[in-house]
Amino acid sequence: MNDITPTRRNAPAAGRLLAHYRTMAHIRAFENAAERLYNEKRIPGFVHLSTGQEAIPAGVCANLAPGDQITSTHRGHGHTIAKGGDIGAMMLELFGRAGGYCRGKGGSMHIADFSIGMLGANGVVAAGMPIAVGAAHAAKLLGRNTVVACFFGDGAVNRGPFLESLNWAAVYKLPVLFVCEDNRWAATTPTATMTAGPGIAARAEALGLRTASCDGNDVAAVDDLAGELVRTVRGGAGPLFMIARTYRWSGHTSADAGAYRNPDEVARAKADDPLARTRAQLAELGIADADLDAAVAAAEAEIAAAIANAEHAPAPRLEDALREVQDVGAPDFARGARP
Amino acid sequence: MTMMSVVEASRRALAEEMRRDATVWALGEDLGRGGVFQQYKGLQAEFGPARVLDTPISEAAIMGAAVGAAMCGTRPVVETRYLDFTLCAADELVNQAAKARYMFGGQARVPLVVRQPTGLWMNCAAQHSQSLEAWWAHMPGLVVLVPATPADSYAMMKAAIRCDDPVILLEHKELWGITGEVEEGEPDARLGKSRLCRRGRDVTIVSWSLTVQTCLDAAATLARDGIEAEVIDLRCIWPWDQEAIIASAEKTKRLLVVHEAVLTAGFGAEIAATVAEATGARVKRLGSPRIPVPFSPALEAAFRRTPEEIIAAARMLVA
Repeated sequence: MNDITPTRRNAPAAGRLLAHYRTMAHIRAFENAAERLYNEKRIPGFVHLSTGQEAIPAGVCANLAPGDQITSTHRGHGHTIAKGGDIGAMMLELFGRAGGYCRGKGGSMHIADFSIGMLGANGVVAAGMPIAVGAAHAAKLLGRNTVVACFFGDGAVNRGPFLESLNWAAVYKLPVLFVCEDNRWAATTPTATMTAGPGIAARAEALGLRTASCDGNDVAAVDDLAGELVRTVRGGAGPLFMIARTYRWSGHTSADAGAYRNPDEVARAKADDPLARTRAQLAELGIADADLDAAVAAAEAEIAAAIANAEHAPAPRLEDALREVQDVGAPDFARGARP
Repeated sequence: MTMMSVVEASRRALAEEMRRDATVWALGEDLGRGGVFQQYKGLQAEFGPARVLDTPISEAAIMGAAVGAAMCGTRPVVETRYLDFTLCAADELVNQAAKARYMFGGQARVPLVVRQPTGLWMNCAAQHSQSLEAWWAHMPGLVVLVPATPADSYAMMKAAIRCDDPVILLEHKELWGITGEVEEGEPDARLGKSRLCRRGRDVTIVSWSLTVQTCLDAAATLARDGIEAEVIDLRCIWPWDQEAIIASAEKTKRLLVVHEAVLTAGFGAEIAATVAEATGARVKRLGSPRIPVPFSPALEAAFRRTPEEIIAAARMLVA
């Protein structure tokens, strides 16, 4: 085994942990709001919620520099928020508004912010992986000392691009941190029932990547491990592979109640709430309850303001459907193209 | 003007672009050995193994990495070896490269070139011989180029590399060896413009890639019978030169579209429908039967357009 054993700090610094808590509170508030907005039919489309998985993007992205990049998944709200995305622009996109991150052309599954290195959520499982590898390849070609964190779920390990991307990153020794968010469910199927062999880590190790895993609901553990791995990747070690174990509280999409799951399993997962755990750790470190309540209230207020702004913001114009397609051979009103 | 082959023209154009712009790089299988058709011969020696990158046989990663690298400040030239293998990277090309700019609301550009050696060659059968220009034409976001001459191979390679859109460059495998005059330097690739190969008043024949020459051979025979065919090399599938084709069909009142690809839902159908709607001209298409490309030369002939069938079709339109 070539597993990496992370060096665990004795106690996380209160300030850093509080910052994680704030990030996680924003993600939780955003996901709760998205779920409510969907149920109340106030937003079009579906949303894939990352409720219960907040500690992973918070802990990983806290270790990335502004120039570092991430790729995301269909369950990407948390990644965008943790990388420093604009919650107002995210909410506008959920409502399909002109001012949204994608001008209303992408929706939840395609939120991106290239200005902060967030290279896109992606509607296709594992599709972000070769893109992450390519971003790292560009960094190498251009002599940039940046790192790419590639988020993907456990369901992605059964797709070909998983293998091709890991192999590629290893062959060319690229600065990629692969982050598997193992929430145990691939859409509505338990991943374990569809994944042969000794497990996810073994697949990465077979391609020569060193792996490490952690409790993905413990943000301090995620932070410690990601910090060490990002430093090692940035130092030129080539790609590394991290598994963060967690659980998806909701169904696959907002339309999926997840009734196929054992209620005890869900209840156990909810008892292992990453926010509650962080809160307890912070209390031990002497942070007052009032401060933590204030952090949650601030997050909820920010989300509420984003909703208030987005709900009545202007929709894109129909003719905007024809823009941003391509430069050469763009749709042309004069030639009879109609939205 | 310099006389050179298509393979030389495309190689020179790529090399010149790589000298001009350090962010241009090529990636694919066996490029260090020059590529399947020697279209990369000598480039790794000049530019090094990082910029002329030998890759694993991982089409999804080749295309996907190129998409990521294109969105992050480089201009990759993707070699697919055979067009057919692009289908192993269909998600990366169609769902990612073609749509990234749009889905992300204009935040991203994907300036990559996808070179696809296309069409019949050496009886390679069903998985090494396809012409899929109509597939790519159907995908918003892609530019689709079909050069038929060394001059166009040279100019279009340069234009494709400089284009901020993902560009499909369909390079017919039986055209690598043909020679012609090439204007070197900075020729205008005239993307979206067709090339009038032969003037005529009686019937407009539109084709592209390998079959342009077949149409010209047919036109020479038709002329001996007093039928003057106007032959147009379309050059670009998307965007295509509607203006010139419609103008020609308005003049001749008859349009014949000829391609190697399968006739059903081929790009000839789009051209014929557009021209018929715009002009009321009589239209006809010639393409291959809707079958996989067979191996035996006796069977593969079903995919070869011949001057004889073009002549017969033109006569039918003129009659």
